[in-house]
Amino acid sequence: MSTIRCDIVSAEDEIFHGNVSLVVATGEMGELGIAPRHAPLITRLKPGYVRVVLENGESQEFYVSGGILEVQPQVISVLADTAIRTKDLDEAVARKAKEEAERALANRGQAMDVAEAQARLAEAVAQLQALERLRKNLKH
Amino acid sequence: MAGGREIKTKIKSVQNTRKVTRALEMVSASKIRKAQDRMRASRPYARLIRQLISHIGQANTDFVHPFLTQREETRRVGYIVVSSDRGLAGGLNSTLFRRLLADMKSWQDQGVEVDVVCIGQKATAFFRRLKVNLLGSVTHLGERPQLEQLVGVMSIMLDGYSEARLDRVFLCYNDFINTMAQKPRIDQLLPLPVEEALETRHDWDYIYEPDAETVLNQVLTRYVESLVYQAVLENLASEHAARMVAMKSASDNATKLIDTLNLSYNKARQAAITQEISEIVGGAAAV
Repeated sequence: MSTIRCDIVSAEDEIFHGNVSLVVATGEMGELGIAPRHAPLITRLKPGYVRVVLENGESQEFYVSGGILEVQPQVISVLADTAIRTKDLDEAVARKAKEEAERALANRGQAMDVAEAQARLAEAVAQLQALERLRKNLKH
Repeated sequence: MAGGREIKTKIKSVQNTRKVTRALEMVSASKIRKAQDRMRASRPYARLIRQLISHIGQANTDFVHPFLTQREETRRVGYIVVSSDRGLAGGLNSTLFRRLLADMKSWQDQGVEVDVVCIGQKATAFFRRLKVNLLGSVTHLGERPQLEQLVGVMSIMLDGYSEARLDRVFLCYNDFINTMAQKPRIDQLLPLPVEEALETRHDWDYIYEPDAETVLNQVLTRYVESLVYQAVLENLASEHAARMVAMKSASDNATKLIDTLNLSYNKARQAAITQEISEIVGGAAAV
């Protein structure tokens, strides 16, 4: 099985680097599955998870709250806005952020911008989904 | 022994000061390492994003982003000033501010107006007193600055530039060279200094989703953000290094002072004893 190098970095930290056989991410235009020898591509990422399948068939998941995915002939780079390992995600914090965003949406036009609140809401929902997926995987 | 007691209290107070400076020195010494680790951790991002920009530059030449084009006329410039939150760091902040003021003055002499945003309490306090346009500030970043904390002040400058209110944006911070040396720097942030293409030309183009402009816009914004973030980390490491050195010399000075005070205390004691003896002897001779 052919592999390709993959780097996942955020401004704060290097999240992952290694050879992978598949990268799955949520692009702005829809879900993407990128295998080696994919055509060069640049896309923005939506809040969600990035899954990489390693050479030995194991897969790892990382949560990103946005960013850029770049595919080149030799390397796939994910420039995550803030990528934390899915395991480290604090469910309570995600829920709290969601509540806060919802509250801010309720009183429109006040301190927080509506667009910002919507973005935070989408982010919180995606974090919760990533956590639920992780929990399901652990049960199996 | 009147002089003796005064000297004794003085010694006590210098000793207490030395305890504080020693503690600060050790705290900073341990924080430097962590700050350096964080500096290192953020480098891959900057490296990858720089690669990405050079690739886009090579692959797609018909679209030129405003962040990359020089403007003919400069009417108003912006500064992003990175400073520490706390003092007791030697001349770290004041050296930076001095250079900055000279730089600003040269712009003002040309009739160019100056806007400032501040990161860190020292800069905010400094520029609040001066007659400059302080557009925004963020303080109390702590030991682990997060990019999100900086987005507010950065977007003030980026928007200002995009909306053509500002023609140049500069970034001022202390560059961490090593523990003993930090260098104040004023770098031009926008328009981005054009770097020469590092690699040979490609004859392929990317598939852009949604389109080249949107993607390039985000990439460049992220790049500028990562530069500012890197500067904040450099400044943090510099702050700890400068504080460590300043506190070390303060501790050394305190030790020296204690030695001198001890000496004069002993002399005073000796003088008192001698005087007492000579008085007794004198008294005995008189009888």
